[in-house]
Amino acid sequence: MTINSVSDEVKNRQLIVFPCAKYSAMLDIVLMGLNHNTAPVELRECLAFSKDEIADALEAFKRCPAVREVILFSTCNRVEILMTAENRAEAVEAAKEFLSRVKKVPKNEFEKALYIHDGDEAVRHIFRVASSLDSMVLGEPQILGQIKDAYRTATLKKTSGVILNRLLHRTFFVAKRVRSETGIGDHAVSISYAAIELGRKIFGTLEGKKTLLIGAGEMAELAVEHLIRNRAGDIFVANRTFERGLEIANRFHGKAIRFEEIENGLQYADIVISSTGAIDYIVKGKQVKGIMRRRKNRPLFFIDIAVPRNIDPEINRVANSYVYDIDDLKSVIEENIEDRKKESLRGERIVDEAVIRFRSWYESLDVVPTIVALRSKMEMIARSEIKKTLHSLNHLSEDDYQAICRMTNAMINKILHDPTIFLKSNGHHGNASIYLDITRKLFKLDDEN
Amino acid sequence: MKIVMIIILLFYLLSTAAYVAYLFVQKNYMQQAGRCMLTVGFLLHSLIIGYGFVQSGHIPVRNLHETLIMAGWAIVCVFLVFQYKYRLKILGIYAAPLSALVLFIAYQMPGEPVPDQNLFNNFWLISHIVTIFIGEASFALACGLGVLYLIQEHAIKAKNHGFFYRRLPSLELLDTTGYASIVVGFTMLTVGLITGFVYAKSVWGRFWDWDPKEVWSGITWLIYAALLHERLTVGWRGRRSAILSIIGFAVLLFTFFGVNFFLKGHHGEFTRW
Repeated sequence: MTINSVSDEVKNRQLIVFPCAKYSAMLDIVLMGLNHNTAPVELRECLAFSKDEIADALEAFKRCPAVREVILFSTCNRVEILMTAENRAEAVEAAKEFLSRVKKVPKNEFEKALYIHDGDEAVRHIFRVASSLDSMVLGEPQILGQIKDAYRTATLKKTSGVILNRLLHRTFFVAKRVRSETGIGDHAVSISYAAIELGRKIFGTLEGKKTLLIGAGEMAELAVEHLIRNRAGDIFVANRTFERGLEIANRFHGKAIRFEEIENGLQYADIVISSTGAIDYIVKGKQVKGIMRRRKNRPLFFIDIAVPRNIDPEINRVANSYVYDIDDLKSVIEENIEDRKKESLRGERIVDEAVIRFRSWYESLDVVPTIVALRSKMEMIARSEIKKTLHSLNHLSEDDYQAICRMTNAMINKILHDPTIFLKSNGHHGNASIYLDITRKLFKLDDEN
Repeated sequence: MKIVMIIILLFYLLSTAAYVAYLFVQKNYMQQAGRCMLTVGFLLHSLIIGYGFVQSGHIPVRNLHETLIMAGWAIVCVFLVFQYKYRLKILGIYAAPLSALVLFIAYQMPGEPVPDQNLFNNFWLISHIVTIFIGEASFALACGLGVLYLIQEHAIKAKNHGFFYRRLPSLELLDTTGYASIVVGFTMLTVGLITGFVYAKSVWGRFWDWDPKEVWSGITWLIYAALLHERLTVGWRGRRSAILSIIGFAVLLFTFFGVNFFLKGHHGEFTRW
């Protein structure tokens, strides 16, 4: 009974120790992927993975001997496979085979779109991708979440080991740093969001601000959604056909008003978004002057997304009313994109620094497997000696047995303490490999595996 | 005394530097540092005014030197209160250098008090002085807010989203803060004028003397009264309110200095040097 529990415990230990011992030789970090710059959308959609497919793919990679660790992530703009392998070429070949087989696309069709990075370049690439320095819309925030999801899947499937765990944690850290220390995510780069930002500069908070939506369109509705998310107040919808207006109003839990009531509605609304197909101005300068008096000059913000314009640009000259048309918003966005580009240079610097840091950790890694192997050898000896001794000591209680196990563990820790410190210290002036070699020979570690 | 003033001035200048740095680099700790320096300077500032009061037995506003020290103190005081209430960090870029400037001019003025003055140190006089100074400092702040409002409004109207657009707060916040400081200023000015009348009555036997200082104070009061009235009835807000608070402050400055320099009156000696 006691002995069985010993061997159980030993088995558990084995499980913890052996995955690490897998890294006895230095592994390469390899990244293979394609993105919006290298592959057209037709190809990207053929190779994209859904969340479930990713999990299945990781299962499949587990059975592939050329690949040690793997994380796969796929967004609408990219598919990336991040691996560690003993032999880079074999791993890449395996990954290509896999893509071709699972996605049923002949290899030669996507091979040209692929980029393959290894070592520092692979590390840099994943850092840049997560920091959104490599995104189509520079600084967009979704990518980090997508990588986090992919990593979670990989940890659940246990395909991510020491190296990728560390790499991904560094990645998240770097991405966060880039976001908080540079302005890469500052200021809107979409029309609807730029309008919302402007609204904030005028009203301070959008909470409780009433919106009048004239006509409907994708961009206008997107802006309304942003407003709702910012807890804006009532939404009125005016449409040429009242029924259609009613439909849109229902979607936003707003109120439909008749097209003729717009002037009246301007008295209550704070934000007016218009995108109708009208050829003439729907709201004219003269009208607004009168309305501003009735509103006691509370600010009124017109967002004119329509082409041709719906809102008389003269209104911008009326005190406390502001008009932005589609071109104005576009130029705001262009400025913001320029700013993000400038900020991205600072982001690249943070990435460079992180790559160097990661490399120094990675280079120290070959010490780790030696230490791990040394410890597992000690533990194996202890395990078999305990087993032998306990055979003849049946009178010991469970507590006594536990005490002996603890004592043995403590002895192993004490014995290994100094050699571990020695191997980990950087005091060998670059000759760490000599000492590692001696250690491996002295304890005959290499034959163990 | 001089050395303490230099130290206070130094704190205000450091605060100014911190706020300027904040304007450019936009790191929050800079703004906090600016506020701390200003607060420390303010405490020392309060101390020397208190010391002056205890030493002479008069509220120290007997010549231009002392009057300016008092004015600088009031500006910092009002700014700190408003900053606490409205969290309008960027306003420090106006208040800190302004108080440093006022204090610097005060430092340049000779400090000997004018010996013989018929001042009756009663409750009315002290209330009159304190409320008037707080009121004027509030108007100074309103003027700064008006300028910031105009800058920001111009950026939004002209669709030119440059340096200031990014750094200045929303129009709404600038407008409400400006309005609040005018309300405070107006209330204080009103109380200050009333206590002044009562003091005049108790000392000279008349409420109103047609003294130029009185007349111009009346004009200032009317301008701000008109601004508040129009705001409440027809909604004079935003740009118009901002411009008026700048004009109002210009008239106020004339009432403060100009009247004494160009016209004669019974407040003359307080700004003499």
